[in-house]
Amino acid sequence: MMLQGENIVKQYHHKGEIINALNHVSFKVNKGDFVTVTGPSGSGKSTLLLALFGLIRLTSGNIIFDGKRIDNISDRQLTEIRKKSVGYILQSFALIPYLTTIQNVMIPLALERVPGKEQVKRAREILEYVGLSDRMEHLPREISAGQQQRIAIARSIIHRPQIILADEPTGNLDPTLSLEILEFLKKINGENQITIIMVTHSPVAAEYGTMKLHLNEGKITESR
Amino acid sequence: MTILKLVFIELWKRKSQLITGLLAITLGIAVIIAIQSVSVVSELNVARNLDNLGANILVLPQGASIDDYYTSDIDAPTLPMDYVERILTSTIAGVDNMSPKLTRRIKVGNQSIVLTGILPKSEIASKPLWQSSGLLGAELKTACAPNQSANKSHGLEDDKLKRKAIDTLNSKDCLAGSQVAKRLHLSKQSKIDIMGKEFNVIKILPETGTVDDDRIFANLRDVQQLLGIENQVSAIEIMGCCNAISEGLLGKLRNILPDTRITTIGQIVSTQIETNLLMKKVTLVMLIIIFFVGGISIGNYIWANVNERKREIGILRMMGAKRSTIYKMFLLKALVLGVGGGILGYLLGTFAGVILGPYLAGIIVKPVYIYLLWSVLFSVTISLAGSLFPTYLAAKFDPHANLQED
Repeated sequence: MMLQGENIVKQYHHKGEIINALNHVSFKVNKGDFVTVTGPSGSGKSTLLLALFGLIRLTSGNIIFDGKRIDNISDRQLTEIRKKSVGYILQSFALIPYLTTIQNVMIPLALERVPGKEQVKRAREILEYVGLSDRMEHLPREISAGQQQRIAIARSIIHRPQIILADEPTGNLDPTLSLEILEFLKKINGENQITIIMVTHSPVAAEYGTMKLHLNEGKITESR
Repeated sequence: MTILKLVFIELWKRKSQLITGLLAITLGIAVIIAIQSVSVVSELNVARNLDNLGANILVLPQGASIDDYYTSDIDAPTLPMDYVERILTSTIAGVDNMSPKLTRRIKVGNQSIVLTGILPKSEIASKPLWQSSGLLGAELKTACAPNQSANKSHGLEDDKLKRKAIDTLNSKDCLAGSQVAKRLHLSKQSKIDIMGKEFNVIKILPETGTVDDDRIFANLRDVQQLLGIENQVSAIEIMGCCNAISEGLLGKLRNILPDTRITTIGQIVSTQIETNLLMKKVTLVMLIIIFFVGGISIGNYIWANVNERKREIGILRMMGAKRSTIYKMFLLKALVLGVGGGILGYLLGTFAGVILGPYLAGIIVKPVYIYLLWSVLFSVTISLAGSLFPTYLAAKFDPHANLQED
């Protein structure tokens, strides 16, 4: 078992009212799984994704990663786990606008203090892998949305994480580009055995999952 | 890629913001440097003017009063010449010049005058009004000027030489005060008989408005001989650095001259000290104002930058950047701005001081190179102090809240 959630609860207080964003959610994910999480807006999909590695703290419940509880460890320890073991892909690409393609991709290595030459070597390899070796010195605004998402994917895998968390990675892309990105994620999942948990609205994207979760009003209503 | 490189890239890619930030700190530092450059020269000028007031410490015989010193009665008490040597051989700092004197009221013809024996070079040196009349020697260093040499150690021998009184006024030569010259109808090269000895008047001294105008000055040794008071003086006039006086120069002199009365000429000393204090206070107030205004400006700039980069902070935190990395990012930026602003501020402030000094203050201002170091240190301190709180808030940002801006 790579990642396990047990009775995860996340409550928000709003104008004296308690809102259950996640209501006793439990799941198990194995290494190499491609998990898709679907559900209507406000069902708690993104909250679940952010809560897995401490970007949102739980109200109650346990999260176990690699055999260790991580819901009760310090911010510093969670930051260290995110740095080493997790890659994030967001709907809006989350690229730093004033950095070039290669500089954006190198950030996770910079945070790990990988030597400069090694950073450049690995960034070039990854950019070649995602088909952007001819866009290395471009700024995000100078390239297409599909290419920007591929940069985000390259950035999410450059530090060889165990798991990628993707929040609507095709949400800003047209159907053709969406398929291209989904195929790419499938390739990464198959070739590198990187576990992927992908939140999506799209039924097409959801079909890429080897394990599918459906959330509604903070509860898992379907798990296949 | 390193965090420092990230800082430089961000600064370079957002040039207009870089210029705004640099401008805020550069102008602050430039104002300080310009004011400081002008005020140091002004302080020097003020100190010179204060020195023109003359000696500010009197060493008198035990039991003598200031009245004795001015009236110079025939039976006024004296003290041994050796005391001059005691001061010369001591290592007390702050004695910029001294003038041993023997003074007696005598009759010349039917006129009553005051005959004063002096060691001329030191006497003239302690009277800058005379010095400026071209009588003798080069201009003295001021006693109260900032960083002036009297407080520095150039080696014991040099210090002693600088303070040593040298007898250069020839025997049979004398100087006449302006009033006494009028009364006795003296002019340059006149002859005058004093107690049976003929003297040549080599100079009529310019009017000073003091008791010196009624005196005739001759070589101390001659006067001691004429009056029959060998190796004795009436008083030792000392020009002391006013800062040294406030730091206990009188006590130190009393230690080596226990059987004397040592007094300051209060008005002179208090004027010197008060003027120096005022100059220092004005500069300090300016420093405090610039520190706060500069700190708030930089703090405001960094806070705007933090707000603009909230999403970037969220992305970095999501990818595993520690809070300390966020601190590093913004404080390094503040450091770069501080160093840049300090150097530019020094150059601009010095340039302004050099150009504006002669027009506004009528003084010639020269670059003070050590201020480069101080301006960089000050600028970095302002910049870091102003950036600390916005950076603290940036590091505390909830990454999830910032990512939701997507």
